Amino acid sequence: MEHIRMPKVENVRLLDRLSSRKAVLGTLYLTATHVIFVENGSETRKETWVLHSQISSIEKQATTATGCPLLIRCKNFQVIQLVIPQERDCHDVYISLIRLARPVKYEELYCFSFNPKLDKEEREQGWKLVDLTEEYNRMGVPNNYWQICDVNRDYGVCDSYPTEVYVPKSATAHIIVGSSKFRSRRRFPALSYYCKDNNASICRSSQPLSGFSARCLEDEQMLQAIRKANPGSDFIYVVDTRPKLNAMANRAAGKGYENEDNYSNIKFQFIGIENIHVMRNSLQKMLEVCELKSPSMSDFLWGLENSGWLKHIKAIMDAGIFIAKAVAEEGVSVLVHCSDGWDRTAQVCSVASLLLDPYYRTMKGFMVLIEKDWVSFGHKFNHRYGNLDGDPKEISPVIDQFIECVWQLMEQFPCAFEFNERFLIHIQHHIYSCQFGNFLCNSQKERRELKIQERTYSLWAQLWKNRADYLNPLYRSDHSQTQGTLHPQIAPCNFLYKFWSGMYNRFEKGLHPRQSVTDYLMAVKEETQQLEEELEVLGERLANLQKSQLGDNKVKSKQQDRSKQLGLSTSNNSLANTPQEYSNDLKSFPSWSPSQGDEEDSALILTQDNLKSSDPDLSANSDQESGVEDLSCRSPSGGGCLPSEDSGKDSDEAVFLAG
Amino acid sequence: MLRSSQPLPGPNRRRCREDEALLGTILDEAERGFILDTRSAQAAKQARMSGGGTEPKSSYPQWRRLHRPLERGRALQESFARLVDACSDPSLSMDRWLGRLESSRWLSHVKAALSTACLAAQCMDREQSSVLVHGAEGTDTTLLVTALAQVILDPSCRTLMGFLGLLQREWIEAGHPFHLRCAHSAYSHARPKQEAPLFLLFLDCVWQLSRQFPFSLQFGERLLLTLFDNAYASAYGTFLCNNEKERSLCKVKENTHSLWAWLSQPKEQQKFLNPLYSHNILVIWPSVEPQSIQLWQGLFLRWIRPSQHLDEAWAEIQRLVEEN
Repeated sequence: MEHIRMPKVENVRLLDRLSSRKAVLGTLYLTATHVIFVENGSETRKETWVLHSQISSIEKQATTATGCPLLIRCKNFQVIQLVIPQERDCHDVYISLIRLARPVKYEELYCFSFNPKLDKEEREQGWKLVDLTEEYNRMGVPNNYWQICDVNRDYGVCDSYPTEVYVPKSATAHIIVGSSKFRSRRRFPALSYYCKDNNASICRSSQPLSGFSARCLEDEQMLQAIRKANPGSDFIYVVDTRPKLNAMANRAAGKGYENEDNYSNIKFQFIGIENIHVMRNSLQKMLEVCELKSPSMSDFLWGLENSGWLKHIKAIMDAGIFIAKAVAEEGVSVLVHCSDGWDRTAQVCSVASLLLDPYYRTMKGFMVLIEKDWVSFGHKFNHRYGNLDGDPKEISPVIDQFIECVWQLMEQFPCAFEFNERFLIHIQHHIYSCQFGNFLCNSQKERRELKIQERTYSLWAQLWKNRADYLNPLYRSDHSQTQGTLHPQIAPCNFLYKFWSGMYNRFEKGLHPRQSVTDYLMAVKEETQQLEEELEVLGERLANLQKSQLGDNKVKSKQQDRSKQLGLSTSNNSLANTPQEYSNDLKSFPSWSPSQGDEEDSALILTQDNLKSSDPDLSANSDQESGVEDLSCRSPSGGGCLPSEDSGKDSDEAVFLAG
Repeated sequence: MLRSSQPLPGPNRRRCREDEALLGTILDEAERGFILDTRSAQAAKQARMSGGGTEPKSSYPQWRRLHRPLERGRALQESFARLVDACSDPSLSMDRWLGRLESSRWLSHVKAALSTACLAAQCMDREQSSVLVHGAEGTDTTLLVTALAQVILDPSCRTLMGFLGLLQREWIEAGHPFHLRCAHSAYSHARPKQEAPLFLLFLDCVWQLSRQFPFSLQFGERLLLTLFDNAYASAYGTFLCNNEKERSLCKVKENTHSLWAWLSQPKEQQKFLNPLYSHNILVIWPSVEPQSIQLWQGLFLRWIRPSQHLDEAWAEIQRLVEEN
């Protein structure tokens, strides 16, 4: 709390991004973990909560007649514009936020104070939900070709790898250690995915320290061992996910890539995904397009193309497709690396696994996938997503890109995934939120040193508890789309990549379809299930009654009445929406409404729901938010259960007469 | 909502008492009306030189004129052809796809059409005012705006039969020259002067509405695709000729079958219904932000990308709803 100069400021205005006329008056609070804006309305008192960890940048703009504007940009793409009446107050808030958004110690992060009121055992159980040993067993290892290797048990060989890795049977400790000395950051080739149908595997590593001519016997033996672990093929692919030019430039620095002459029986391939700096700039440019005020179609499309974002997404996807094909169709093992083997390698391996194995398209499987290829293999969450204040050049939307690849696949294959878009958005949200301990630090070693599992909670447990919200109603495990490998169309396919407005314009409600098909179908599904259960029960009763010779008619009519009662009503007045400004300058505004179960709010609920106890200063009326949780469609009896509906609250401007 | 063609004051600024009286009967004493002209102010002014023009403020004091230029004619056809070209070009890298999409300008036209229709709807619903819509001839962009505005405003136009009725009224009987406009479509090199995909633009806008309001239209994409097909080449006489006069001369009603008759058969209707439909009495206001307007893949990529997975998804939706 010592960084907070001003814990409370009154008469602050929260501006709508596009229309300054739609400002809301309220009070701004600063706590140790959140910035909170509470609207002054009488009944609604809508609250906007932002975790400090989510704050990406704060901009203090020039003071105007109305006050001093403060622009907060968040890592989950929320943009909040406040106007603080006094310049001095604004400055204090600005300075405080700058410090609060850049913690220097892990202990400052929210996960260490977050209290979901679970006891110690429940916390432990939460962490045990995803078990990687179980996962490797499910894949079919260890077996005749693959073994667990504990040479890294004290992180002595590679400090960014986990303690347990899986290596080919013929790879001795000597080979592994030798190979690790020849790899950047000591990240030697290790198993990422094993396909038990044909023994092909996906292995991952970092670049070899080959320079122009260096060789390493053990590293060459390591690759041979990988090849031998797949008797069905006499060669392996080595896939370097960097553009050829970058890889070649690395040679001058004593690193580089595998020379086909030196490594027997490999086929080498560049895939050409750009590096973290290019990706960071690409996202930046795309966000600038999103921030344009009333862009024309032209502005938008050109801006999107200039950012190159979709091109990069496609590049990652193409790499994943190549590897999945190699494994599933050719039965050839693949070794994947980039420079350090913790960014593009992780993206590409996890996309390939997702395409290959339907298990990763289930909710549990997806959590396992992230735990395996991202968390355990040392993706640098802290550096990439700024848990702590660090080098801005290390920040890059690496996992965001992977998550977007998954969404693009969901759009192409609507029946193939057990989870829905909301699941992905919430995961992305919490990678940055630092509310849970899963995505802290840069490696397993660091997390264990900080005793994360004993001091924080697991996101997976929370998501699993609420899994009903994250289900895809179109998923059926026996559906043809969900079986086997996914085959996205390769070419032509540019048009298949869409701009993900659900993520990048997440908080602009006016942009999204007002009615959630997913939620409706889930409600339908549940009701059908309930009705079927009812039917069964009544059927049994009927049988019993027949035995005791009562009239049939009484029972039948009862049945009918019950089904009518549970009838779903989708049309109710909460579907009303308000027009945006269709006038000349086409200023658009999202329809404001007291949030009634909006999807976004449930993310906030995860943050503030249990904060009430630990922050007694807050007299914030959070009844509405918790009320929202109850509204979530579990039993659609009667109407009014559809979330994300705006109420009929109209905006009062005669909007288009500016023309 | 009224529609017409442009008034003809001409270079001499003629007046027409009958026309003024006619418009005068629409409004009460103190009321105000809006004239939505689908030409730019400049184009409308230029039209005066060749005998056309706009309603002068002095002669029509109760009416306020708004200009919302909508593309039509040659330019729209070019836009369509370029889009189809871009979609079927297999060599396009991701780098250039969006640029090509943009330079076709098709989505900009969709955005403009939706915005203008919403404006007309706003005049009526929010301002409680009457609107007169016209362009030059009153047979193209005019009909686009009035028909679309009705889909937005009127829930009965969103039912299957209501929509077909809307088409009959606002496109066919109103005299949209289908024969001229839908002669050759996008691939032909002929490029006849009168060819223009206004009707397709309308269908695209309706598709955008169905995407933004998945529960509010009683019909689905399949109907829109069928209408598109039939506008260009049909076993039915519904879209023949250019106006009612020609149709009666050619004895279309006696010699051909009606598409509407076929579509309204219960067996056929089933195929076109939207399983998610539930009657929504409210006005549906679409977002016209660029992010909200998407390429109609079902039409433009129809033969280029397999629709199998999406069809399966719809089949699943149908199944879920029916089971219930």
